[in-house]
Amino acid sequence: MADVSGAAPSVAPPAPTPASRSVSSTIRSAEVDTRLLGMVTALIVIWVIFGIGTDGKFLQPQNLWNLSVQTASVAVMATGMVLIIVSRNIDLSVGSMLGVVGMFIALLQQEWIPKAWGFGYDVWWIWIVAVIGGLVLGGLIGLLQGSLVAYVGIPSFVVTLGGLLVWRAVTFMLAQGRTISPLDPTFLLLGGGSRGAVGEMVSWAIGIAVSVAILYALISNRRKRLKFGFPLRPRWAEAVIGIVGVGVVMGAVWVANSYAWPKGLATRYAQEQGITEPPGGLIIPTGIANPVLIALAVAAIMTVLATRRRFGRYVFAIGGNPEAAVLSGINTRRVIMMTFVIMGVLAAVSAVISTARLQSATSGAGVGAELSVIAAAVIGGTSFSGGIGTIPGAVLGALIIQSLVTGMQLLKFDNPSQDVAVGVVLVLAVGLDQVLRKRAG
Amino acid sequence: MSTDARTPIVEMRDIRISFGGVHAVDGVSVSVHAGEVLGLVGGNGAGKSTLMKALSGARPPDGGQILVNGSPVSINNPRDAKNHGIETIYQTLALADNVDAAANVFLGREIVSRFGSLDDAAMESATRKVMARLNPRFRNFKAPVKSLSGGQRQSVAIARAVHFNAKVLIMDEPTAALGPAETAQVRDLVAQLKDEGIGIFLISHDIHDVFDLADRITVMLQGRLVGTVN
Repeated sequence: MADVSGAAPSVAPPAPTPASRSVSSTIRSAEVDTRLLGMVTALIVIWVIFGIGTDGKFLQPQNLWNLSVQTASVAVMATGMVLIIVSRNIDLSVGSMLGVVGMFIALLQQEWIPKAWGFGYDVWWIWIVAVIGGLVLGGLIGLLQGSLVAYVGIPSFVVTLGGLLVWRAVTFMLAQGRTISPLDPTFLLLGGGSRGAVGEMVSWAIGIAVSVAILYALISNRRKRLKFGFPLRPRWAEAVIGIVGVGVVMGAVWVANSYAWPKGLATRYAQEQGITEPPGGLIIPTGIANPVLIALAVAAIMTVLATRRRFGRYVFAIGGNPEAAVLSGINTRRVIMMTFVIMGVLAAVSAVISTARLQSATSGAGVGAELSVIAAAVIGGTSFSGGIGTIPGAVLGALIIQSLVTGMQLLKFDNPSQDVAVGVVLVLAVGLDQVLRKRAG
Repeated sequence: MSTDARTPIVEMRDIRISFGGVHAVDGVSVSVHAGEVLGLVGGNGAGKSTLMKALSGARPPDGGQILVNGSPVSINNPRDAKNHGIETIYQTLALADNVDAAANVFLGREIVSRFGSLDDAAMESATRKVMARLNPRFRNFKAPVKSLSGGQRQSVAIARAVHFNAKVLIMDEPTAALGPAETAQVRDLVAQLKDEGIGIFLISHDIHDVFDLADRITVMLQGRLVGTVN
């Protein structure tokens, strides 16, 4: 087809008028996601209030470190739930999947493999096989449920409600009333704990690497837009985003490194290594916990999948208009099925984290987790009407929920009050979002 | 009938489509040549849109044959149709409302880098180029198409159809949702695409559209073809 006009798109970036620069127009010209900004603000407010209420105890490195570890399991699953809800489905079975996979992993490493081969459970590679087996099981459960939703056409609410019952029942059958422990010591490191962290130097290295990646992404994105002659963010906005991004990353690493090993553990470590303890006691920075690293890696991969790959684009298109997605030639059934497979694998990742953290598998593991996971995704801006949601939002949502729970525990509120707080925040967050979106038109 | 001796760019022969016991399309044959506009008229439920769905791959026919450049092809889904250069502008526009113009234009046919990641800059650039031609005043490249006006949304739907070197264009009620100025714009576009040698099926309730733009007009009634005029 002949290009009739041949005219290159001439796009002049709108010049910002400093005189009329209000807060909202400043944010707009910086092209920052306002919803994400709102959530960060909410999180800061919650942290400050609990910080004041607990005389600073909430903001101490020890508490923040524990908070990060406790958030990891829900955050991992929430990233998958975003894709499920964005494509207008739901997965109620994630807690039960977590339970059955955790039980499966524990039995594999503690009973089945040792029995089959006839050696002790402390052979070094068993936990690796068990973890891979668990991930495969999670993927297969997701494949089954996803196929029923996508190809048979059973509503996902029904399929996964069935899954919630069935997988929990299977967990009970496998457990036969037992708690499966002890588990492989290396496997337990995946759940956190003072030894289940990467240490000071590696934490700093990771922080620097992520900071460099943030700056590189900002610069390369700007170069690319420049090359095509697109409107650019103002320079000050790029600088602020870069500084804030690097600041948050390095600050988080600093907090993780400020949390030192407990005295007893440090003393034992000193004896093991033959180090003479200094007078004030040996101070070993803990660094970023393994489960937190796993959760961050999952969030990064899922963000790329959701925003930089065809698959993610199709998930959002299906959520926006399923009919249009079909007419565009997208294999919508396969895409839907894959969202459930991913959800299953992520439930298995969470099963690894929580089983390792609790150092045992019980038949009650993950009961009710589906509600926290869905709440995290929804507080994080995922819309039930489909097509809207972000992975970082869901992770922040998980962090907000866990902050509320931890903060209220520190203030000696009982469990029901914590649920009241989470429930109220959930409805408030969605309500506020609706009102703001209606006003924005 | 047409006296054009060339092979039609698309020919549909004896197409049958039924829903349950209802014959929505009952043995209809139509064809279009390169650079020709075929107007398709008829009342509600006459089977015009259903017939075109067979060509666009949205609803494969239960019987009959589709020929592209004289050779029979099978069109079982929208992808097949697009591979044969048959593009469709649906009456509903079929846009994903929550993503921007470029994502809609390239939906299902994204430009990706070597490593398979979406090249949004390249897609936005291409979209800006095609929009400069179709609707030079279009500016909202970053906004979800939900926030655009009816005419702008129509431009996005048209851009999606014409960007990929369509040979045949199906336009289902392209002016139904538009104001007078935008309708005139679409008319200019149809004339322009025709000059470029694209064969166009034009479904419209607006008889003025059809009389002004179509080279031939085919009338359908209750799933059957009742006449064609030049």
